[in-house]
Amino acid sequence: MKVPTLLEMSSRGEKPEVVFWIGCAGSFDDRSKKITKAFVKILNNSNISFAVLGAEESCSGDPAKRSGNEFLFQIQALKNINSLNNYNVTDIVTTCPHCFNTLKNEYPELGGKYNVFHHSQFLKRLLLSGKLKVEGEKFKGKKITYHDPCYLGRANNEYKAPRELIEKLKANLLEMKNSKSNGLCCGAGGAQMFKEPEKGNKDINILRTEQALDTKPDIIAAACPFCNIMMTDGIKNKEKDVSVMDIAELIANAEDL
Amino acid sequence: MDILPNLLFSFILILAFYFFVNNIYKLYKNISLGKSVNRSDNRKKRILNMLCVAFGQSKMGAKPIAGILHIIVYVGFIIINIELLEIVVDGILGTHRIFADYMGELYNYLIGSFEILALLVLISVIFFWARRNILKIERFWKPEMKNWPKKDADLILYFEFIIMTLFLLMNSTDSLLQDNNYEGYVKAGFFPISDLLKPLFVSFDINYLFILERSFWWMHIILIFIFLNYLYYSKHLHILLAFPNTYYANLNIKGMFDIDKNITNEVKLMLGFENSNDQNDQVPDKFGASDVFDLNWVQLMNSYSCTECGRCSSVCPANLTGKKLSPRKIMMDTRDRLEEVGSNIFKNKGKFVSDNKQLLNNYITKEELWACTSCNACVEACPIEIDPLSIIMDMRKYLVMEKSEAPVDLNNMMSNIENNGAPWPFNNQDRMLWTKENN
Repeated sequence: MKVPTLLEMSSRGEKPEVVFWIGCAGSFDDRSKKITKAFVKILNNSNISFAVLGAEESCSGDPAKRSGNEFLFQIQALKNINSLNNYNVTDIVTTCPHCFNTLKNEYPELGGKYNVFHHSQFLKRLLLSGKLKVEGEKFKGKKITYHDPCYLGRANNEYKAPRELIEKLKANLLEMKNSKSNGLCCGAGGAQMFKEPEKGNKDINILRTEQALDTKPDIIAAACPFCNIMMTDGIKNKEKDVSVMDIAELIANAEDL
Repeated sequence: MDILPNLLFSFILILAFYFFVNNIYKLYKNISLGKSVNRSDNRKKRILNMLCVAFGQSKMGAKPIAGILHIIVYVGFIIINIELLEIVVDGILGTHRIFADYMGELYNYLIGSFEILALLVLISVIFFWARRNILKIERFWKPEMKNWPKKDADLILYFEFIIMTLFLLMNSTDSLLQDNNYEGYVKAGFFPISDLLKPLFVSFDINYLFILERSFWWMHIILIFIFLNYLYYSKHLHILLAFPNTYYANLNIKGMFDIDKNITNEVKLMLGFENSNDQNDQVPDKFGASDVFDLNWVQLMNSYSCTECGRCSSVCPANLTGKKLSPRKIMMDTRDRLEEVGSNIFKNKGKFVSDNKQLLNNYITKEELWACTSCNACVEACPIEIDPLSIIMDMRKYLVMEKSEAPVDLNNMMSNIENNGAPWPFNNQDRMLWTKENN
């Protein structure tokens, strides 16, 4: 798969329309890499000129900040802002709501001001501008329940874009008991992804998976690599034949990309 | 004319207000122990927010039954306050139903509507009590709701029930005295509800009836004065603090956490970046919060405003899965500790003398703090925009930046970020490996 870096493009004197911020999960985690690839396929198919930072990308600082390490967060943020500003980046799209939130809301005060899009928002724009067509009917009538990532939903009030994309697939969108502003966390946020949970009577991802399964879905749609990991684990635990797919994967799949 | 009752009333009134003002002053002093935070921007938006959320109770509807019951009690108490004003004026001047002279027919309808409201409040209070004590709704029976918080919640309902009942009893006997043209009792007011209580008193001697009416009148107003001064010790303080609490709420989008600009220059220097000299670095002598002094005054006000309704904890993913964290407890602990610190300062004549306690560990444990997913469900759920998450984050900041007491896994994650720029131990140069992998 050919993906240009900003360095390569700028050495050719070119500037991409948008920078695809991949994030650590999308770069290193096997499940999440599939989401990254699916999104790249859509970008290529829509003829979007984009580039990635490659080795110049570093953790956004989100897990450090939510852990309480403001120092490490600012080190990461300032390093990234330095890289992004070196290339005069103006528009960024990312498949990770945590990177999205941090870049969009917490970088400006530190000197990093960009138009930041979550990939669901970006895909919706492509759809509206006609650059993306979703015509495949692979998911027609399929029961899909959508899990709101906290850092896209409550944190940034984006509930519509992912749902509109699912509806575009002519799928049957089902809402869980807790959804939208009342959505239940998958259990990964606040750096929980990287530690064992505290003692309790259940894991959060199991509770959320149960809520998802209550809707009797064919597919659980996610819009965050961490939610995806948590829900996939939940499904494994419940030994159910339900797939967990990212919005980008659904669209790439529907269009046979 | 016998002016003894007027003097007695004025004395009680002054006493009630003296204690009330005293309580408010204590409240102000304690809240002022918090660090400064600038929330004076965006006045228009803030006023609108207060009108919507506190006055208009826009967030109460999330639970429709409680929302409707609450709005009845709220409207009831606000409107019946007009009657309270008359009672106070009557009490001072020794008059009876003084507003009747000035309002004419309107007065009748006002009193009539107060009565209907009073009945609705009574019914709502019974529902509220039943929800707590018969239906035992789960969020009212969490571990932090034992002892005083439980008693407090019930006491408020008893207060409201008795006050409203006395109001109706007072009107009922008054109405009978009016029927009998008893001296001083002019024909004034419609009594659609209290008329139904008349059979209770109709057989009483007229002079005895007069004593009863006076007793109800005095008990009603004295109980209101007691209730007014009970507020400070109760979760019921929200009826006052909901307003400033929503006015000074954090208006930023929920995902945006505070940036500590005090360390930015130091970080830039460390990274070898050009220092932007647009600010003076004042690196704080302490990062994060381990006690109430380290929180800002809005967070402290939040703690006094909390009604302990538990909507936050009932949506908290950690709490829902049996973990110790309860956002409501975070607020209750903050208030308890603040009260303790406040009375320590009062006892020691304006100076805090260390009691070898702090908010961290003595009240809020690390286990609670590390269970948070920062999902903002608690903040979203609070009907008066209390922000428990900001306290959790400030305390985590203290644990990590001052004490290096993060869980081992998180320390590993952070050193990975420091060394490789990713939370996992992968080489940053390998960020593009996925492009070379098939499928």
